[in-house]
Amino acid sequence: MGGVHPADNKISRDCKIEVLPIPETVYIHLGQHIGAPAKPVVAVGDKVKAGQLIAEPGGFVSAAIHSSVSGTVKSIAPRKDLAGNPQMCVEIAVEGDEWLEGIDTTDTVIREFPDDPAVCLDKIKAAGVVGLGGATFPTAVKLTPPPGKKCEMLIINGCECEPYLTSDFRTLLEKGEQVVIGAAIIKSILKVDKATIAIEDNKPEAIDHIQKVLAELRKVSPKYDGISVMSLMKKYPEGGEKQLIDAVMHRQVASGGLPIDVGAVVQNVATALAVYDAVQKNKPIVDNSVTVTGECFPRQANLLVRVGTPLKFIIDYLGGVPQDTAKIISGGPMMGRAIANLEAATLKGTSALLFLTKAQTARGKESNCIRCGKCAEACPMGLEPFLLNRLSRAGGMLDQLEANAVQDCIECGCCLYSCPANIPLLDVIRQSKGQVLGIIKARAAAKK
Amino acid sequence: MDKLLVSPSPHIHSKVSTKSLMRDVVFALVPAAVVSVVFYGLGELLVLGVSILSCLLLEYLITRFLLNKDCTLGDWSAVVTGLLLALNLPSATPWWVVFVGAVVAIGVAKMTFGGLGQNVFNPALVGRVFLLVSFPTYMTDWRIPTGLFGADAASGATPLGVIKKGLLEGGQLSDLTAQYEWKDLLFANLGGSAGEISSIALLIGFGYLLLRKVVRPHITLSIWATVAVVSLIFSLAAPDKFTGPAFNLLTGGLILGSCFMATDYVTSPMSIKGGIIFGIGIGFITMMIRYFGSYPEGMSFAILIMNATVPLLNNWFHQKKYGRA
Ligand code: SF4
Ligand code: SF4
Repeated sequence: MGGVHPADNKISRDCKIEVLPIPETVYIHLGQHIGAPAKPVVAVGDKVKAGQLIAEPGGFVSAAIHSSVSGTVKSIAPRKDLAGNPQMCVEIAVEGDEWLEGIDTTDTVIREFPDDPAVCLDKIKAAGVVGLGGATFPTAVKLTPPPGKKCEMLIINGCECEPYLTSDFRTLLEKGEQVVIGAAIIKSILKVDKATIAIEDNKPEAIDHIQKVLAELRKVSPKYDGISVMSLMKKYPEGGEKQLIDAVMHRQVASGGLPIDVGAVVQNVATALAVYDAVQKNKPIVDNSVTVTGECFPRQANLLVRVGTPLKFIIDYLGGVPQDTAKIISGGPMMGRAIANLEAATLKGTSALLFLTKAQTARGKESNCIRCGKCAEACPMGLEPFLLNRLSRAGGMLDQLEANAVQDCIECGCCLYSCPANIPLLDVIRQSKGQVLGIIKARAAAKK
Repeated sequence: MDKLLVSPSPHIHSKVSTKSLMRDVVFALVPAAVVSVVFYGLGELLVLGVSILSCLLLEYLITRFLLNKDCTLGDWSAVVTGLLLALNLPSATPWWVVFVGAVVAIGVAKMTFGGLGQNVFNPALVGRVFLLVSFPTYMTDWRIPTGLFGADAASGATPLGVIKKGLLEGGQLSDLTAQYEWKDLLFANLGGSAGEISSIALLIGFGYLLLRKVVRPHITLSIWATVAVVSLIFSLAAPDKFTGPAFNLLTGGLILGSCFMATDYVTSPMSIKGGIIFGIGIGFITMMIRYFGSYPEGMSFAILIMNATVPLLNNWFHQKKYGRA
């Protein structure tokens, strides 16, 4: 159903993940995940080591945050994020690279993991693991299904369906074994029999590699039985959670429902790696791989970046911002966010920096809707964007908008991408969606 | 780098524009236009030229001076209307009649509704039907193709016209159809409007549109299927009165209408289900007019009638939403 086929443009696919030097100062945000911001447990002047806890979860849906470097806490104050909005931040001046005792920073792969799921879950929680596929939802919470709900299938999302992005692809190739072990750990926590690693068919090397890794691991331990690789047709947004569940399990999550309602839990490749690090290496999320790319950018790269590294540091390391850059995006071109502030620092969930020229990103002038239906054809949720656009612009049609499921929009951008009349469909729909969700929430609150 | 652009996602676009779509439709009609000029000669060239130029001129004058809007010539939709109108007219149509058709198509059917995207009826068809009703003699002055430089072509009615007349005069259907050969129907060797004469040229153009994903095939296919089924039933029931599927599919502008006019975005339903009903309606009405009406062919009327039902079809039929019944 729906979807579009933008040019792949994975020009950094052959760039090995390289370790970025540590900057002089890192800025670690306290709100890097969905849910309550973390509460700082360090004070200005404290010495910290890499991997040391600096903020604890601020609620049930929240995540711990660790220092990504060793050094001295300089300030705990609001600082502008990449959109230019002030957010609480811990500033740490870097001194050396000393790690907290107990963290294994070697490359040795550890294949045997604890039999007790509770032990694993605690380690994941302590390591501040969040979903790295975009939503940054605290992983420990997601791995604790609500009572009465049973998981039937774990899906590891290796689609990376956005154009340009290659960090998950590189991770699968270079740390595929760790990813699979991470998947097996998650599988044991969820107590499911089946797990599948879903990869789009434009990455045959990754599919091959993971298949080989699996064959090896199955010889080591029965814990790796029941894990398979699935090749999916390349299509955007195949890696959208709901689309992926449909593609793998042929089940659809009802509007307003959760994947677990249809027996699915989806975790991203980078998250599986983070789970491996947390459980097998006692290593919290202190770094992550970031694709830096764009036709106009001088050097394509996949970098392992310490959390809190200023964007400017990364860009300067690779040669600076090219003259003809019009837009820098954090994430992919379909769902990523335009960056307003290069002084901002990376977050756990930062997956890419994409440089686009004016010609690549310019939107054409809006003209009349020609009723071609291309927006509806492209919508992976089966919505009718032309209709939602018309209702939104008419004003006062919130009940109609709700009846036409504006709240189901996943903001994938396929409609706007496809519209020949350059109508800013998603811009308009996003607003109405916000209003309708507000009404739905208020109604639910009133019922209680 | 000046200042970084900050705007919401998505940050890229498919680059498919109204202009590129309309231009593709024009490209798709080129084979049919060329074939018709080759067969009907300079008269056809004049009809094409006058029709396209008048549509462009009228669109320009109306947007510029009457509506005070941005000029929309650049979207190529006026060229599409001009081409379709011309391909629906006999090659001997006087230039001023063509111009009147363009006035009705662009001025009345398109612009009074608010321009491209707002019109309810297909502009070229409205122009054509207006001319058919107002100037019936010119509009049925069909010529037998004589080639690009062949002198004055002789008049010759369209196959459907010949048969309708013949049947009214008590002729035998088998005698009447016997004069038409298969290959003539496919390769342009009959009296008819320019766009009707070469099914092959039109089908090549339609193939191009499908390949480029400009249109989807469901409307066209449901028209063909309906025409085939209806004419099969009737011709089996009364072979001496009613013409069969092959004949009906290949004559009377059915290919032109089903491939290029019924598939017009603006005046066809948005959903696949709606489109199929729309196509069935067109096929059925066309056949009823052909068999029982007073006009020999019924495509134009059938499409216009079904155009009027599009708002209803859009209300009734929606595509299936993810995770909802
Ligand atoms: S952004 Fe929303 S409305 Fe547009 S295609 Fe995606 S899900 Fe559909
Ligand atoms: S894609 Fe654009 S022009 Fe086509 S129907 Fe949707 S809104 Fe209208």
